[in-house]
Amino acid sequence: MSRRRERIDRGIKVRADDIYALTSWREMLYLAAPRVAPVLTLLVVGLAAGPYWQRVIMTTSMFALLAISWDVLAASGMVSLGQALFFGVGAYTSGMLNHYFGWSPLLTIPLAAVIGGAISTLLLLPVLRLRGLYFAMVTLIMPLIIERVIEATGIFGGTEGISGLASLPHRLVELLVAMVMVWVALFGLRRLMDSDYGLVLKGINDNDRSVMSAGINIYRRKAEALFIASSIAAFAGAFMTHAYMFVGMPVFAMDYSILPIASTVVGGVGTLAGPLLGAFILVPLSELLRGLGGLRIVIYATLLVVFIVGLPEGIFPYLKRKYTQFERWVEVEK
Amino acid sequence: MFEATLIYGLVNSVILALVALGFNLTFGISGVANFAYGAFYVTAGFLTWSGLNQLGLPFGVAAALAVLITALMGALMYRYLLLRLRGLVVSEVIATFGVGLALLELFRYLGFIGFEYTLPVMIDASVDIAGVVVDAQRILIVVVGASLAALLWVFTRHTRTGRAFRAIAQDEHTALTLGINTDRVATISVAFGAGYGAIAAVVILPLGTISVGEGYNVLVNALAVCIVGGLGSTVGVIVASLLIGYAQMITATYVDTHWMMIVSLVAILIILLIKPSGLFGQQKELEERI
Repeated sequence: MSRRRERIDRGIKVRADDIYALTSWREMLYLAAPRVAPVLTLLVVGLAAGPYWQRVIMTTSMFALLAISWDVLAASGMVSLGQALFFGVGAYTSGMLNHYFGWSPLLTIPLAAVIGGAISTLLLLPVLRLRGLYFAMVTLIMPLIIERVIEATGIFGGTEGISGLASLPHRLVELLVAMVMVWVALFGLRRLMDSDYGLVLKGINDNDRSVMSAGINIYRRKAEALFIASSIAAFAGAFMTHAYMFVGMPVFAMDYSILPIASTVVGGVGTLAGPLLGAFILVPLSELLRGLGGLRIVIYATLLVVFIVGLPEGIFPYLKRKYTQFERWVEVEK
Repeated sequence: MFEATLIYGLVNSVILALVALGFNLTFGISGVANFAYGAFYVTAGFLTWSGLNQLGLPFGVAAALAVLITALMGALMYRYLLLRLRGLVVSEVIATFGVGLALLELFRYLGFIGFEYTLPVMIDASVDIAGVVVDAQRILIVVVGASLAALLWVFTRHTRTGRAFRAIAQDEHTALTLGINTDRVATISVAFGAGYGAIAAVVILPLGTISVGEGYNVLVNALAVCIVGGLGSTVGVIVASLLIGYAQMITATYVDTHWMMIVSLVAILIILLIKPSGLFGQQKELEERI
């Protein structure tokens, strides 16, 4: 053990954490590149791809939204094992609005995001006092209950579901709306979590009792965070409903619960960009492996376990460190 | 009709208790999450099936082997996965849930679906109790369930290892200072839990088919019983299984079989709302809600 690895931050970060003294194009590019490059890449790839892969990108974006919403919840101290609840509530809301009132998807999707978020928040409001594992268990069983109630009572189209819903105007509109929504959610929520408001939410996750003793009503804050996160997931559900022109019991399926968790764990918990990265790795990967059919969930679950044990920080923090720091080997002083 | 509900309700309750005991042993008594429990249950069923039909072993040998292999799988899961995540409760839950999901969906992928996957009943006879015909397998379930519950109760109170199980859930650091090898105890606990699940599978599965969906149902049922009864309490498990078991049977008889599963889910919800530590829970109130 004569040498050790030394990590040095690149110069630009040292000046200040939030105010950058931008002195050259080089520094501006250094800051802008990791933000602009993914947006442009996705846009170019999305426009250049064939109809099949355009659809894959759209689906991936929706899964990315689900994963981001999972991460926001987890960062506020609410671990969800049933993201399918929010997804399914949004999907059914927009499906109902379109089926019974005949409203256009351009109206039903935003409405379903807000109404779906409100319904999910109201459903979970009584258990907001539960912490950690106990909250997680409630979210695990909620989608199962709703699924079984729909099966038993046959409401909302029962086991058959409702098909023949209106689709979005054009394939390209669909794709662009999906992309815009992902970037708005990512950058907007990152800003939110970096603000004082987000700081309180993170505080609830770290130590809820000390946030309480600072005179902050944590139930209100948790309910607000829950509404924000579930609205985003409900948007994804509503969007997919109109993309597939069908809503039924599969929207409460395990896929929509496990994939956001897997994406977040693979990408990096608490980073918001990590879940997005994870979703853009896992979903296209599973499309490539489509021939394997049912093996997809096996692969997600295995990756989930491998990453949670092997690389708990996730891919994104790793990449970020490589980008913002120099690494070199130095002699250990005797 | 009434007598039938009474007797079959009891059998249903014992099935629930049997399924919940192993889960409660690991998760409740020693505080190690094992959400792969449902998958272990189904694995034991398929292992017994292949032992019987592919290797041609006698039932007893196949069943014993299945129980041993499942217990070993539990120990290996602890040694190679959970050991690295100890203390991070949510990570433990997610990782074991992932293991269970991978196992169950692997079975689905490999084509273990269909009505040919059944285990034979051990004694092919039936008994007439108060005008209700009950087959011997169901009586066997009640006997096995009662003895396993009694065994667990004695084990966790009067043996050194059993008391160590409870100790590591109460305070791991104090347990360490008292010379308990917590990792070893936790490994044994996960293995025992998986083994209990396997025994339950071998006894219960002859009543129906071995299916992947059963894995999820078993997990939800075990969770329901443990939450309602209170994590870590053997008495709680028994009382909660009786409550949920009879509630399910009454719902199935007088309402509709579709609502059976909803009963246990709603039971979890109500208990978590009013008393998250469960009816007989001994864990600290502040740990679970604020």
